[in-house]
Amino acid sequence: MLQKLYDWVDERVDITPMWRDIADHEVPEHVNPAHHFSAFVYCFGGLTFFITVIQVLSGMFLTMYYVPDIENAWNSVYYLQQEVAYGQIVRGMHHWGASLVIVMIFLHTLRVFFQGAYKKPRELNWVVGVLILFVMLGLGFTGYLLPWDNKAFFATQVGLEIAQQTPFIGEEVKTLLAGDPDIVGAQTLTRFFAIHVFFLPAALFALMGAHFVMIRKQGISGPL
Amino acid sequence: MHRGKGMKFVGDSRIPAKKMSNIPKDYSEYPGKTEAFWPNFLLKEWLVGAVFLIGFLTLTVVAPSPLEKMADPTDASYIPLPDWYFLFLYQFLKYEFASGPYSVLGAFIIPGLAFGGLLLAPFLDKGPGRRPHQRPIANAFMLIGVACTIFLTWEAGSHVDWEARAKSGQIVEEVEIDTSAAGYEIYKQNCASCHGAELGGGAGPALVGTELSVDEIKDITVNGLGSMPAVMKGKPEEEIQQLAEFVKNPSGGEEGSE
Repeated sequence: MLQKLYDWVDERVDITPMWRDIADHEVPEHVNPAHHFSAFVYCFGGLTFFITVIQVLSGMFLTMYYVPDIENAWNSVYYLQQEVAYGQIVRGMHHWGASLVIVMIFLHTLRVFFQGAYKKPRELNWVVGVLILFVMLGLGFTGYLLPWDNKAFFATQVGLEIAQQTPFIGEEVKTLLAGDPDIVGAQTLTRFFAIHVFFLPAALFALMGAHFVMIRKQGISGPL
Repeated sequence: MHRGKGMKFVGDSRIPAKKMSNIPKDYSEYPGKTEAFWPNFLLKEWLVGAVFLIGFLTLTVVAPSPLEKMADPTDASYIPLPDWYFLFLYQFLKYEFASGPYSVLGAFIIPGLAFGGLLLAPFLDKGPGRRPHQRPIANAFMLIGVACTIFLTWEAGSHVDWEARAKSGQIVEEVEIDTSAAGYEIYKQNCASCHGAELGGGAGPALVGTELSVDEIKDITVNGLGSMPAVMKGKPEEEIQQLAEFVKNPSGGEEGSE
């Protein structure tokens, strides 16, 4: 039955080559922890992706309750934590996931660096990977403001003051992020929300797509 | 993949007329015990993922995500602190050579060089060798960078009074203040500047829902506590009593009198 369904679709859109590219390949011995336990260092990238998926899913559920507005943002988070069934778990996953994803991406970066895995022909993939790290840090910075509690507000104020010191275009950068040259307020919250939920995830998905396509094209770097 | 000459397409589409069977490609690049990704290796990955997920969910249950009280832009006493993974930059900008007139150096040039170097690593370290001893300079730079980041994060964290932060950030339940209470005026004159007009705290801790007894409050107002001055020293006993009763039960209702 399933085979028939597969054949029916395959005959029309030819999915077999795609299937081959995605799943039909061998895993070399040197990256398989079942053969060499030390190969667990190769798990960091996959775990980064796994936590990113958790972040996307938990974030989607958080937006069902969150209101990006200075009157209600804090109250909606408080309500989510106190009243909504499993709200605390979902927010907890997003909160701790945000830290863990940084830890994992850091470990993954160190693994790739110290193994020299970024050398020819994988230079571009390294550049894309570092850009993913930057996007992740951006997501961390913008997401920190959203609960609109004291630590969020004051940390963002400091962050914007640092952005303001950008040579030549400092004022413009700050206004672009905060929505106003002086006030950290309602505009800032909606802008950070838009950046956190739409702009940066879009960039992240594009970069991750490029990252994975390049891994499949180039394969895993050989053993040292 | 089979492309180009000799390929027969159905009509005008790109779909080949002859079906390719779904057999794994020949794999001989790495000698050794290779394993099929699907389904053998993926199953193991899922097991690792499941164990990881259990640990992660345990963390979210054991340590609920923190939420401080609602942002109050007028709270001048609040000391800002970024999330832990920005602490290294936050700490770096505190040093004299990276702040004030040198803030462009501290906030942009040095971090820009560090992250720019990271981004362009493959173009800076171009030699063919991958082993650590074949690229000592690249590895040395990375080790110094990692050590500096860890050190700065540690420095920033050790200068923070976490307990005081937790206290100042605590969410306080709002109470209706009984402004007709005898102790209200005394509170406003002597305590409100530090403990907040609505007992929500400020320079001093929040007093709402205090666990101290009336007698203990009286003692503190007369003798002071820590950095708190002995505000009620030498005042009439009646006023001290009224103040303590007001602090214990600011709404004047029944529930606070227990």
